[in-house]
Amino acid sequence: MSEAIIRLENVNKWFGQFHVLRNLNLDVAPGERIVICGPSGSGKSTMIRCINRLEEHQQGRIVVDGTELTSDLRHIETIRRDVGMVFQHFNLFPHLTVLENLTLGPIWVLKKSRAEAEATAMKYLERVRIPDQARKYPGQLSGGQQQRVAIARSLCMSPKIMLFDEPTSALDPEMVKEVLDVMVNLAEESGMTMLCVTHEMGFARKVADRVIFMDQGEIIEQNTPDRFFDDPQHERTRLFLQQILH
Amino acid sequence: MSANPSAAPMAPRARGSRLAWLKENLFSSPLNTLLTVLVAWLLAMAVPAMLDWLLFDADFTARTAQECRQAQGACWAFIAEKHRLILFGVYPYDEQWRPLLATLILIGIMVCSAIRYFWKPWLGLLWLAALTSVAVLMWGGVFGLSHVENDRWGGLPLTLILSTFGIAFAFPFGVLLALGRRSHMPAVKSLCIIYIELIRGVPLISLLFMSSVMLPLFLPEGFTIDKLLRAQIAIILFAAAYIAETVRGGLQAISKGQYEGADSLGLSYWQQTRLIILPQALKVVIPPLVGIFIALFKDTSLVVIIGIFDLTQAAKAAIADAAWRGFSVEAYVFIAFIYFIFCFAISRYSQGLERRLDKGYQR
Repeated sequence: MSEAIIRLENVNKWFGQFHVLRNLNLDVAPGERIVICGPSGSGKSTMIRCINRLEEHQQGRIVVDGTELTSDLRHIETIRRDVGMVFQHFNLFPHLTVLENLTLGPIWVLKKSRAEAEATAMKYLERVRIPDQARKYPGQLSGGQQQRVAIARSLCMSPKIMLFDEPTSALDPEMVKEVLDVMVNLAEESGMTMLCVTHEMGFARKVADRVIFMDQGEIIEQNTPDRFFDDPQHERTRLFLQQILH
Repeated sequence: MSANPSAAPMAPRARGSRLAWLKENLFSSPLNTLLTVLVAWLLAMAVPAMLDWLLFDADFTARTAQECRQAQGACWAFIAEKHRLILFGVYPYDEQWRPLLATLILIGIMVCSAIRYFWKPWLGLLWLAALTSVAVLMWGGVFGLSHVENDRWGGLPLTLILSTFGIAFAFPFGVLLALGRRSHMPAVKSLCIIYIELIRGVPLISLLFMSSVMLPLFLPEGFTIDKLLRAQIAIILFAAAYIAETVRGGLQAISKGQYEGADSLGLSYWQQTRLIILPQALKVVIPPLVGIFIALFKDTSLVVIIGIFDLTQAAKAAIADAAWRGFSVEAYVFIAFIYFIFCFAISRYSQGLERRLDKGYQR
């Protein structure tokens, strides 16, 4: 059995007095596609944000691709180079063009030449099907286009792991499909490890190797998509599925 | 008559007559009508009288003070007589082409820095060349130019030098202070807070006074720092504190998501700050920053307290001439006009800059 690319051991986190992550244990195999779902406040976003240190865990161990996540800045930087993240609100840089957004990371972090970075950027823009928007500013694009640019921006760093934090939750319904298509395409064609927090259950069925249900900071249930949706084991899972599958 | 059913109906054309505009904007309600009449009356009282005094009744060519006092309006002949004293202070009369050239170079370099075409790496070298040539021109002593001590410098070139160097050094220092104040390192944060609160707590005039009178007391025997340099440093330290707080406001306006987006790409603190955070933060605070620069330009007139001859002081010296007494209004209107030109130019430039930087934000 191959070494887990992400390992969470007894991870605990508090926001002040509020215990948001309770004794989390999770192993993610390389190339695995995981969808995490659960009610709001369950800690799912917090958990994946702990993986690239956007949030700090107070107890337990997190190991990403062999490097342990501590307050050592060098470890954090090493991990962030291999972990890409797509946010609910895109977080594109509004003062830079789409192309500049994509080449920023490769030029300044990966130390690539401008020509090389631009070539990579155009390649990924074609992959997310918006090569003609390269010279535009994010403010001139629709929500679905912006999110696809955000995905391309993370891909330009050639990460081993991609984290998605509710990537389609802020989009109009018509645009959700175009972003999901890109994510499905990504899952099928690359061998990338993907962790996705989402409410899009159709996407989970199509792409996920494992679906995890979290509630109140704990992992209640995890299973393959078919078994998860057709035969949930726990009462809380059943309640949740009833509410979102209408 | 058949309209094309699929064409969208045109929006009704606005009634474009001037009368309609007047009615809508100036006479739309009883209160507005009253205000319009009031303002029109005030203008009718003030403007013709002002124009008469400034232009129509003014004397431009009188040769003596007696002749000029006969005129009903302003005596601009006084300015014609005294303009070199006001503009250049007590700089040796024959060498006044040097401060004139220095002024033009300073204005030139500032205009160049404003034009986008010049935003290339060699702009730094251009600044260095400009500042060196200004120093050479003002001090002399080389290239056959006679040496002129800086206590003979005065007027407009001095105001420009104090403002330009002041802004040039205070701005980066202020940005660093703002970043330091938001730092998580307790020592850095405390030092920045102490500095900002101390400096903001005292008026510039007391800083100038302290730099001029108190500092020499603390320095070792025989070691003096040039008076102009002391004033310059005081101005830089003063402006930096205000710039710091303004920039800090801009930094606070940047949403957390920008920091997270930059973090997720693996950018270091300084890379993030330089490439992502500062460009956005500075753009947001252009209006108050420009206000600080404009105020600084005028605050340089306070150096009179330590005996440095800037533009305002030069105007006072011109008025003090016994042969031309009683024309203080003309002198102050003249320098007010000069200050206004510079401040207005800065203000217009900043509006143009804001418009240009907005283009990425419009759909």
